[in-house]
Amino acid sequence: MNQISDEGYITADGRKIGAVMMEMKNITLRFGGVKAITDISFDIRQGEIRAIIGPNGAGKSSMLNVISGFYIPQEGEVWFHGKKRAPMRPFQVAQQGIARTFQNIALFEGMSVLDNVMTGRLTHMKSGMLSQAIWKGKAEREEVANREVVEKVIDFLEIQAIRKTPVARLPYGLKKRVELARALAAEPKLLLLDEPMAGMNVEEKEDMSRFILDVNDEFGTTIALIEHDMGVVMDLSDRVVVMDYGKKIGDGTPDEVRNNQNVIDAYLGVAHD
Amino acid sequence: MAQSSQATGGLTSIPALLQRNATEFANRSAYREKEFGIWQSWTWAQTAQEIDSLALGLINLGVNEGDFIAVIGRNRPHLYWSMVAAQSVGAIPVPLYQDASAEEMAYVLDHCGARFVIAEDQEQVDKVIEVQQGLHQFEHMIYLDPRGMRKYDHSQLHEFSHVQEQGHAARDELTHELKARRGKLDYASVCVMLYTSGTTGKPKGVVLSNRNVIESAKNSVEFDHLKPDEELLAYLPMAWVGDFIFSLGQAYWAGFCVNCPESPETLAVDLREIGPTCYFAPPRVFETQLTNVMIRMEDATRMKKRMFDYFMAHAKKVGPDILDGKPVGGLDRLKYALGNLFIYGPLKNTLGLTRVRVGYTAGEAIGPEIFDFYRSLGINLKQLYGQTEATVFITAQPDGEVRSDTVGVPAPGVELKIGDNGEVYYRSPGVFEYYYKNPESTADTKDAEGWVATGDAGFIEPGSGHLRIIDRAKDVGKMADGSLFAPKYVENKLKFYPNILEAVVFGNNRDKCVAFINIDLSAVGNWAERNNIAYSSYQELAGHPKVLDAVRLHVEEVNRSVAEDEMLSGCQVHRFLILHKELDADDGEMTRTRKVRRRIVEDKFADLIGGLYDGSDEIFTKTEVTYEDGRKGHISATLKLMDAAVVPVTTHKVAAE
Repeated sequence: MNQISDEGYITADGRKIGAVMMEMKNITLRFGGVKAITDISFDIRQGEIRAIIGPNGAGKSSMLNVISGFYIPQEGEVWFHGKKRAPMRPFQVAQQGIARTFQNIALFEGMSVLDNVMTGRLTHMKSGMLSQAIWKGKAEREEVANREVVEKVIDFLEIQAIRKTPVARLPYGLKKRVELARALAAEPKLLLLDEPMAGMNVEEKEDMSRFILDVNDEFGTTIALIEHDMGVVMDLSDRVVVMDYGKKIGDGTPDEVRNNQNVIDAYLGVAHD
Repeated sequence: MAQSSQATGGLTSIPALLQRNATEFANRSAYREKEFGIWQSWTWAQTAQEIDSLALGLINLGVNEGDFIAVIGRNRPHLYWSMVAAQSVGAIPVPLYQDASAEEMAYVLDHCGARFVIAEDQEQVDKVIEVQQGLHQFEHMIYLDPRGMRKYDHSQLHEFSHVQEQGHAARDELTHELKARRGKLDYASVCVMLYTSGTTGKPKGVVLSNRNVIESAKNSVEFDHLKPDEELLAYLPMAWVGDFIFSLGQAYWAGFCVNCPESPETLAVDLREIGPTCYFAPPRVFETQLTNVMIRMEDATRMKKRMFDYFMAHAKKVGPDILDGKPVGGLDRLKYALGNLFIYGPLKNTLGLTRVRVGYTAGEAIGPEIFDFYRSLGINLKQLYGQTEATVFITAQPDGEVRSDTVGVPAPGVELKIGDNGEVYYRSPGVFEYYYKNPESTADTKDAEGWVATGDAGFIEPGSGHLRIIDRAKDVGKMADGSLFAPKYVENKLKFYPNILEAVVFGNNRDKCVAFINIDLSAVGNWAERNNIAYSSYQELAGHPKVLDAVRLHVEEVNRSVAEDEMLSGCQVHRFLILHKELDADDGEMTRTRKVRRRIVEDKFADLIGGLYDGSDEIFTKTEVTYEDGRKGHISATLKLMDAAVVPVTTHKVAAE
């Protein structure tokens, strides 16, 4: 990787990465007496694929929840687009253009794929409850416009064949894809993926990797992801943050991280003699 | 016939037919495609504009008359337009199978020397780029779907819509040229080149003229009384002659609408939404559909299941007769009408076949049970016998003369004769011009008087005049004792069981026949599920003792049925095995149209055949497999070799000799 300047950098495969989009400054998160995250700082840049990795219990999901505004850290600041972010409710975060998927799928099981993905457009609907109920004028126009966005996402993720299928009937790998579709339907600037490949077979992982790369490439979406599968992380991401016991032990390109002694120790264990 | 007289009035090419349709049917739908969840449609007038823009764009890119333009992708309106645009500028469209591997494509692209390729998406573009080093004549590629293409080097790559825009922008300078080139097209000019699937050896490029295509389209449209308001669903490979004739030839001649599905996976839903009036499918599609219906009925409630069984039994009894307009009693008719209300109607609706007026199946023999099932529902399913070299039609079944064991009478304009060795020959206006760059094969296939050898052995039934096909002529052989060996005949009987997907019978010059079997994973898998049989892979299920026993019963039933035929009673299967892998086109064991390549299977599994003949009980084997992405791997298995009871036939032979 070239030197990172304020404006950004060029990745190994020649993509242009922009300025800092989100910056975490000295974040500390406590649950009672337990410190989940201790004094962590890192940034996420415009257009990059940023991974957070670490062994079980390292605090990765907590970190993602801080980014998504679900947890409010006791210490430290979250800066988004050059402004310090005040504590806010999850829907306000969504309105800022951040969307996420969940480690243990959180879809509406009884609803069709289409309806589930439509819920991703919620923050883009402005018409009032009354006009939605009567289904005339603005509400109708809005629904058509939103459906168009949703259909493009469905086409993009190649899930046309299950458009009308209730989510409960789908296999796990497809549910994951539907979750991604819902997040994409929000047209996010920053997409958070919590273990997008967990529990998938090789083929499903390959598909998901391709979709993640395509999303980044086609829409220029910035992506932050947590993942266990090292092969996937190293192939996908531009920069990696490594956490262990709530602390940051490494940060850099996949190659840098791979050769970082702290990281090797954390993953392979150290001999105590 | 008003249209026949028009044929002499200048309608001697597909682009000329397009011009006629654009004025005569200007506001009727010509194409529909489901995209973004909605059926998008184009009228004939819009279609003509789209094709003109593209044709101008092609001239702009430097396409010359006589150039070959390869078209690769699934059925999409834009790719059909590409073929007509190519014809409009005097070039020759060459549709390719979209699931062909890069090497297979390389052979065809090199053989025809395509200067231009029109590809559907990144997947197809990647394949061509992979092999383009070896293609000296290749110059430009046009792609339809821009997804993922942004980072490619665009010095030789062009987006479809841009080519159209550039063509449209340059219309003032180029329209004259386009008109001049289109004006030169006549009955003798080349309409399309289609590659045969290559059951034996390398694929051959079959050159079809406008005369071949338009005459065949005209005759078949008249034969089945197709009108401008027909709806067709185009889903079979564009490289296949049938699709070219149905979706282009017939559609342009009759002026009806071609519908393209959203994706291959949504086919069933799209079929229901469109409700086509003409429907063409190979027997395999009907088999799969029927298997699915039966599987779902097994899971239905008892009430529904009993109603289904009751009314289906009645349909079997009187349905085909009602369809053929034969006399049927009033009570039976009433019961059939009730069945139609409760069972047949809803079932046809689920299958998307409610409006089918003309349904055809061809390519392989269809099981009588499957055939009768559809006909008993009131679906006018008929059989057709054809070849690329004949521009599809050799024989077809007229309404009211439909049977599962024949392929019908000669299609309009076709003459038939049976050679001394039993091979079927035909002569018709659809007979192809020549094989591209292959005069020897042309001479072997087509004689000076225009008779073409089909390569199939058969006979014309005395009385009805229907043609019956026995087998591929070169596959028909002799057993060691001199009796007739016709493997396909036995294989078809085996394949009619839902559990058996594919069968290959060996026995030429041997004293007895043996067989390889592929089980049908969906049918056998469902059976296993209902009987609490656990399995983790195809291979494991294929080797399960209960599956082996079930298949043995099928084989023995087939043996009894084969024994009844005096001529072929020697073909009973003495021993068989269930293969550990499905025969696959990626491994070269089948053609892309899913016909078994007998010789290759015989060579590849020679060890297994040896085992079947030397009497051993089981055999260990290791087979190379090719994955979809071209990587190779090995699978190994120990296969059980099974004995099957045969019916003694010695008495027959004494009588025959």
